[in-house]
Amino acid sequence: MTHAVSVHHTSTGLDSRKLAFWTFIGSECLLFGTLISTYLVYKGRSVTGPTPQEILNIPVTSVSTFDLLMSSLAMVLALAAVTRGDKVWVRIWLATTAVLGLVFLGFQVYEFTSFVHEGLTLTTNLFGSTFFVLTGFHGGHVAVGVLWLTTLLVRSLQGKLGPEKALNVEIAGLYWHFVDVVWIVIFTVVYLIQ
Amino acid sequence: MASSAAEPLPGTAGTTHSAFWSWIATTDHKRIGILYGVTAFGFFLVGGLEALLIRWQLARPDNDIVSAETFNQLFTMHGTTMVFLAIMPLSAAFFNYIVPLQIGARDVAFPRLNAFSYWVFLLGGLFLNASFLVGAAPNTGWFGYANLTSTQFSRGLHVDFWMLGLQILGIASIAAGINFIVTIVNLRAPGMRLMRMPVFTWMTLVTQFLVVTAFPVITIALVFLMFDRLFGTNFYSVAAGGDVLLWQHLFWLFGHPEVYILILPAMGIVSEVIPTFSRKPLFGYAIIVYSGILIALLGWGVWSHHMFSVGLGPIADSIFSATTMFIAIPTGVKIFNWIATMWGGKIRLTAAMLFAVGFIAMFIIGGLSGVMHSSPPADLQQTDTYFVVGHIHYVLVGGAIFGLFAGIYYWWPKMTGRLLSETLGKWHFWLMFLGSNLAFFPMHFIGLLGMPRRIYTYDTVLGLDTLNLVSTIGAFVIGVAVLVFLSNVWWTRRHGPFAGNDPWGGATLEWTIPSPPPVYNFTELPQVVSRLPRWSVTQMKAIPQVPPEPIHAPGGSYWPLVTAVCIVVIATGAIMHSLWVVLAAVAAVVISIYSWAFEPFEA
Repeated sequence: MTHAVSVHHTSTGLDSRKLAFWTFIGSECLLFGTLISTYLVYKGRSVTGPTPQEILNIPVTSVSTFDLLMSSLAMVLALAAVTRGDKVWVRIWLATTAVLGLVFLGFQVYEFTSFVHEGLTLTTNLFGSTFFVLTGFHGGHVAVGVLWLTTLLVRSLQGKLGPEKALNVEIAGLYWHFVDVVWIVIFTVVYLIQ
Repeated sequence: MASSAAEPLPGTAGTTHSAFWSWIATTDHKRIGILYGVTAFGFFLVGGLEALLIRWQLARPDNDIVSAETFNQLFTMHGTTMVFLAIMPLSAAFFNYIVPLQIGARDVAFPRLNAFSYWVFLLGGLFLNASFLVGAAPNTGWFGYANLTSTQFSRGLHVDFWMLGLQILGIASIAAGINFIVTIVNLRAPGMRLMRMPVFTWMTLVTQFLVVTAFPVITIALVFLMFDRLFGTNFYSVAAGGDVLLWQHLFWLFGHPEVYILILPAMGIVSEVIPTFSRKPLFGYAIIVYSGILIALLGWGVWSHHMFSVGLGPIADSIFSATTMFIAIPTGVKIFNWIATMWGGKIRLTAAMLFAVGFIAMFIIGGLSGVMHSSPPADLQQTDTYFVVGHIHYVLVGGAIFGLFAGIYYWWPKMTGRLLSETLGKWHFWLMFLGSNLAFFPMHFIGLLGMPRRIYTYDTVLGLDTLNLVSTIGAFVIGVAVLVFLSNVWWTRRHGPFAGNDPWGGATLEWTIPSPPPVYNFTELPQVVSRLPRWSVTQMKAIPQVPPEPIHAPGGSYWPLVTAVCIVVIATGAIMHSLWVVLAAVAAVVISIYSWAFEPFEA
């Protein structure tokens, strides 16, 4: 298991930063839970169209979902690389994760703009409001993640991301996997189950 | 109060900060605790003034002290201020100062994040109150029901100040919640098992779990409101098929855990004060801990008892009625345990003890009116009347505020090195007790006799003139009580007796160290062998007076304050409807966070 440099005694044996991040993720579960619940409660209640059935494109979104899943794989490989002190592969896998994240964001931008062209905006109906705010919040989280990963990549290029800093990559990984899991839930609830 | 001299503190390297800047950049939990306490008390006075204006207006029928619009702003700001800017941060003052001492730690897990929470709170509170300066103070009630809060029915910036202000404050609370959970779970001294922790620390832990789970819900509710108002979305729009009840559900899903956030710390304080001044260990420690946990869990299952009058239907009403009645049980258990602690004990009625015992009496009354609300048919008459106002003030003033004052009298000597005057303390208590009962007891009758809440005047034909006048007199008596307290604070600066380590004969770790504690708290981290380290037969190894080696104290950081300022600038940009200001401030936040992350800082 990775552990940080500063070996303060802790009551659980876990680094405080890791514990803090799990707590934050717990809090974020409630955040996304509220957004998803609102989407579900308002499903089918739009007074005007377009409706999800008319506008959601499952094949295309399946590709972006797969892309995000592969980015999580890349993240795992990045953590393995940093733990064994492999400078080259840390950079490759961190970059891959970030690029795949950007690809996902690109899909989202494409999807949002095509929906707007087809007549679904934030304000069109209930579906527009709940859909864009839910997926928008998720996309915002992905964007923050890409920024974080890029920062780690730069640190690695500066020679400042050795195995003693593995916890930093692990925590970024926790965040990234969480954002991925949220997307799986959104994809299932919004796209697949209609 | 802590010394503001610029001399180096013992056991640390000399600091280059002057006194003022050392407070601005502080990351020391004790200083942050004092900052929270002073700031919160300032807002408490502001909220109190708002209350006095409300009661002055209602002292007589058809009064014209303030207009209806001003009255709406007064009761909205009174509620919002007291809940978010007074009670919560007063509790936070004690979380900050006392919890690390009680668990035998040098500081919290993330000192800079701790400072950040304080600055965000201060600036958020100032942002919210800045609304008065532009004549746009929030005016839709402290729970801002949709769709009164829509742009259709609330033009102007009143609601925008409210929703943005609360979002800012939510950031502070969640950050502090994470910080204290990690601190309590991870930084306990060796031997300080969870079931050896003081009850105040336990209640703090439970409260923080409530904070990090409940605040995200209101965050989203407010996001929906913000998007509706700023971007024209349809979350609370009936015409688009939306449901205004969505707001009520989301708000109260947060709101009910919030009231437990408000009361559990005070219950924790009372659980410390009563054993100390009964010279008896707390009766049923484990049961009290489990009851606190149970209250927090069950608190998630009662939210619709705030919605008995909206037409949820008999099944939903019945379920929430049952869960609401059920939650009275763990609370009752705690009350019986506190009484059992006192039973057969050697009682000392110090000011702290008076407030703690007063808490029990007042909270019982508040709980009784609460259980009356748990019956939907009864609540249909009581809801939205002064009966509810009576209930909430018995539990929030008689409960939370009394508990917090007990904590102030109890821990003041630890924080400042001097005792508050017991004579003035007793005057404070009895005036507060008299004033609270005069102010709030008549409200039960006023409400049942038909006076709704949130109305700026009433007709004499209701026959409620005398009761309203009595209530107003009570409110002003509370004001006098608070003045007595302030004079006590002033007196004690010069004349308060020196406290020493342990003026009360307390059982827990904070009483083992000097008053006020050195910057590093403990010269050596204690080895804990029992739940009551200073009272138990197995003596703890004594803590040396002088640290065996010099202890490094962090020099502080400006980035928490800078980040907090940038966040409030985002909100200001939103209020100004200026995208450029918002984007620039977001960029500034990002830069500030990077600077924070990469500055050399060792906790």
